[in-house]
Amino acid sequence: MTITCREAMRQAIREAMLADDRVFMMGEDIGAYGGCFAVSKGLLDEFGPERIRDTPLSESAFVGAGIGAAMAGMRPIVEIMTANFSLLALDQIMNNAATLRHMSGGQVGVPLVIRMATGGGRQLAAQHSHSLEGWYAHIPGIKVLVPATPDDFRGMLQPALDDPDPVLIFENALLYNAEGELSDGPFTPVDRALVRRPGSDLTIITYGGSLAKALAAAEQLTADGIDAEVIDLRSLRPLDDDTYLASVRRTHRALVVDEGWRSGSISAEISARITEQAFFDLDAPVGRLCSAEVPVPYPKQLEDAALPSAEGVVAAAREVLADA
Amino acid sequence: MTLYPTGADGRALLRTMIMIRRFEERCAELYTETKIRGFMHLYIGEEAVAAGVCAHLAPDDNVVATYREHGHALAHGVSARAIMAEMFGKVEGCSGGRGGSMHLFSAEHRLFGGNAIVGGGLPIAVGLALADRMRGEQRVTACFFGEGAVAEGEFHECMNLAALWRLPVLFCCENNLYAMGTALARSESETDIAIKASAYEMTSWSVDGMDVAAVERAAERAVLAVRGGVGPVFLELRTYRFRAHSMYDPELYRSKEEVAGWRTHDPIDTFIATLRAAGELDDDTLAEIESEVVAEVDDAVAFADAGTFEPAEDLTRHVYAEVE
Repeated sequence: MTITCREAMRQAIREAMLADDRVFMMGEDIGAYGGCFAVSKGLLDEFGPERIRDTPLSESAFVGAGIGAAMAGMRPIVEIMTANFSLLALDQIMNNAATLRHMSGGQVGVPLVIRMATGGGRQLAAQHSHSLEGWYAHIPGIKVLVPATPDDFRGMLQPALDDPDPVLIFENALLYNAEGELSDGPFTPVDRALVRRPGSDLTIITYGGSLAKALAAAEQLTADGIDAEVIDLRSLRPLDDDTYLASVRRTHRALVVDEGWRSGSISAEISARITEQAFFDLDAPVGRLCSAEVPVPYPKQLEDAALPSAEGVVAAAREVLADA
Repeated sequence: MTLYPTGADGRALLRTMIMIRRFEERCAELYTETKIRGFMHLYIGEEAVAAGVCAHLAPDDNVVATYREHGHALAHGVSARAIMAEMFGKVEGCSGGRGGSMHLFSAEHRLFGGNAIVGGGLPIAVGLALADRMRGEQRVTACFFGEGAVAEGEFHECMNLAALWRLPVLFCCENNLYAMGTALARSESETDIAIKASAYEMTSWSVDGMDVAAVERAAERAVLAVRGGVGPVFLELRTYRFRAHSMYDPELYRSKEEVAGWRTHDPIDTFIATLRAAGELDDDTLAEIESEVVAEVDDAVAFADAGTFEPAEDLTRHVYAEVE
């Protein structure tokens, strides 16, 4: 059955709420409005305003309230409209959600799920378009998931709710309309990366909104006789080193594609880990394709130039392959 | 009708205040001896607030406090031993030694920190209360914070959210007139804090925080109202910190005369005088309280001294839940 990522997440939320009274949802315009990306459309009618809670525009208060409710044994799903807006709640995420278990000597856990839209490509300029998931992956105490397929939009929520620690799910907004088949097989644990396309010449390591670009690039590269392997990280914290390192040890070349900025990024972290752990398996320096180091601009031609594209991945892959 | 608690209730209040005072006087000595390190903020002068409010909390009511929270922990039933061991950084401490003076936790006593970000505990209190409301629990969440927090955005977000959702929070603003070294009038356009809270449509009273009988009376009514379901109630407790902000504060921002003037309103001396005048307290009883308290503090110090430091091999524990 074909399903969009939006519908997949909505199904996941609905099932979690039906299965467990402790699960409830809060955020801005998730109820009467139906969700700014329509993910929660219809859920207010089904579950009522106690469990589908429209909040004031108070990110710090409602994220912190999610933390408190989780500490008290509830299983809140907090929706933040975009990653940019999450910065208004950064104090609660970083200073409370990520630290309370540790500061309390293991007594107080925060089983909270925070979902937010991330990424650019919609001409929304520099306060709605940034990819901050790699930045959050810097923080010990939280986990960072980055679904890229309907299966993962559908399947990552329940494990996140079952996790005794805070889990942030970054949903690339361009994926909400993306369609795909739901598979019947067992769900791969959220902390494992997946080989989305096997190949032998080069490993392209990516996640979220960049996965489709990487897969399209891999198809284009076949015209040059290049067989690229594409790895979907799925989780940025923890990182599944084993999967991408095993691939790099086979292909001997790696390209990291990340919609975040290059400096101090998750792509830098992955590149460093490859260098630390698979240096002697490499035939060429690790390549990186990231967003340009500018706030994401409004006009389409500039925004396109700022973000990774399939063509950009092809060009970057050729460079990695050209390096001896 | 008397306006102060009589008999055993009065003696218990007095004992709690003396316990906090003697405990912290010893802490100051131990800080000088370098047994206690880091930042340490003493509550001396403000004891009537924690003692008076906590006297009306049930043992399983929630308490959220600030980095000046030794008094609240003691008054809510955490043992002097566990608190002192925490300040020594020992495993036997109430946070396993991971938090120190500013981060006292006790899941058993539902003490949820010890929050050292000004205003950072308020959203947590809102969330704890939300969980209780959603599950039909009759619990009250007492949230203590200083008047400095009133300048934070989180304060206003939380006043609004708690009142909007009619959550069972008792907001206790300990107005000691200085946010570290910044006098209230130098930081707030409106210095009447109770008025700010009443702007959010919640019951709000100003109380003489140097008079434990007044605090206790207000807390009794407030806790009853919150437990009864009126929504949040706000108490502004007008008090004064006799000691420096922390152990590093040279107190350049206030005069010795001002401090000396407030010391003539010492909440412990005042209450002793009240009880004596009413024939509720004699020298023997007071001496008995003092000697009991000193013995308990001595015992706590001995316990903390005999405690163990966690080995460095355990450093990364409690970042995430420990899965068996």
